[in-house]
Amino acid sequence: MTKRFFSGPFLIFILCGTLIPLGVIAFYGITDRSGSFTFDNITAIATPEHREALFLALALAFISTVICLIIAFPLGLILKDSKLGKKGFMVFVFILPMWMNFLLRTMAWQVLLERNGIINQVLGFIGLPSLDIINTPAAVVLGMVYDYLPFMILPIYNALIKIDKHVIEAAYDLGASGIQVFRKVIVPLSVPGIVSGVTMVFVPSLTTFAVSNMLGGGKVNLIGNIIEQEFTASSNWNLGAGLSLVMMIFIVISMALIEKFDRNGEGNIL
Amino acid sequence: MKKTFKGIYLLLIMLFLYLPIFTLMVLSFNGGKTMNAWVGFSLEWYEEMFNNRQIMEALWNTVTIAFWAATIATVVGVMACIGINFMKERHRSLLMGINNIPLLNADIVTGISLMLAFLLFGISLNYGTVLFAHITFCIPYVILSVMPKLKQLENHTYEAALDLGASPIYAFFKVVMPDIMPGIISGFLLSFTMSVDDFVITHFTRGAGINTLSTLIYSQVRVGIRPTLYALSTLIFVAVFVVLVIVNIIGNKKEERKDL
Repeated sequence: MTKRFFSGPFLIFILCGTLIPLGVIAFYGITDRSGSFTFDNITAIATPEHREALFLALALAFISTVICLIIAFPLGLILKDSKLGKKGFMVFVFILPMWMNFLLRTMAWQVLLERNGIINQVLGFIGLPSLDIINTPAAVVLGMVYDYLPFMILPIYNALIKIDKHVIEAAYDLGASGIQVFRKVIVPLSVPGIVSGVTMVFVPSLTTFAVSNMLGGGKVNLIGNIIEQEFTASSNWNLGAGLSLVMMIFIVISMALIEKFDRNGEGNIL
Repeated sequence: MKKTFKGIYLLLIMLFLYLPIFTLMVLSFNGGKTMNAWVGFSLEWYEEMFNNRQIMEALWNTVTIAFWAATIATVVGVMACIGINFMKERHRSLLMGINNIPLLNADIVTGISLMLAFLLFGISLNYGTVLFAHITFCIPYVILSVMPKLKQLENHTYEAALDLGASPIYAFFKVVMPDIMPGIISGFLLSFTMSVDDFVITHFTRGAGINTLSTLIYSQVRVGIRPTLYALSTLIFVAVFVVLVIVNIIGNKKEERKDL
């Protein structure tokens, strides 16, 4: 069975592109500059500066994920039921921004939110107080929600349209109220989509440095910013690698969640 | 009543998603240096964009990297699927698990780990390292697109072709390939868009000399937003829109044909 050897190039890429680099980052994470073994880079997460950045990142990522979920779930339900022309087109409209470069989308909010920006000009014109959220965590949350919302909409919608409408009708026939149908039928059956969407919003929000840099104006320091700075500005690679390892713990947790709920890959973006 | 509420909800989210983009599009046609007041219609920012060598170089890099990364990832990924299909269940699930790592890992960790590995082995960061990184994170998308199609396939047709005297290669291209083609195409397109869209992994693996659009935008935004970037946004949005509409129309046509 030489056919297995077709996987050869793939194995080389897995080895050189995934496994060895992960080994290298782990190696940097547990050594110091001279190359001797230490846990200092990992325990460095406990210093006030790093701890605050991690907690802030967790908080903002959590808030963004919840907001995305609250927006996307009703949207998915409406799209599922909608008979607005071609269904495919409506979904297309809500997914389209996903394909647009996310830095340009983030930049758009920077332009809109500026002190003399368009939103404040409009607010001033109609006599409302100005909105001063640029360079605050609120602006960063807004940017995260804007950037990652389509990644929540798509898997939830995919899970919702797979629900057999006969199951819902059966629930009604058996005397369930609208709320009961929602709680006992629709939500449980859409869990794979929800889990997939939550991961696809939470992980990039937790680890971003670009959004917080652009909309936070250097005043909102997330763990991603700290790590990025270790590699660009202060160039303490060992510390950056150590903090990355800590961050990976949260990614492993979300992988475990996916494995648990989404065994069949039903909510998969593909 | 319920219907109006639903309509308003859809409209609000649509505005939220599109108003920022359309604002940039409108501003891109604004003449004069001030960014916040409307001076008059002008195409000067488009002219400046097309004359800007940095932007054009970044555009070229973005497109060529995406093309080569998607092409190589598709070939490697399709071959991998065939190979994995002949493996024992245990090896297969192990490989599929490893295949998921780049998908689920945070981009920043993937980017940093690749950068550290390149530098540790004395490979200087350039176009090649970016391309390698992009191939690495594109392969999983190809495998996830092609694998389900390959599983649906009846092995008997391939064997029948062999029994009828086809060489394995001929049988693959004539029997297997046409059936998994939709998966191959979607894997290629997905890889291409993921590569074009990537910022974080490119940011860490690019070195000093080379820029893609994403990294160029990031560095320019930090210095100060110029209206050339609005022109660039408009151009990218229109390009994305046109391509997706064409892909959708082709997809719908195919489905209609299937219905007949």
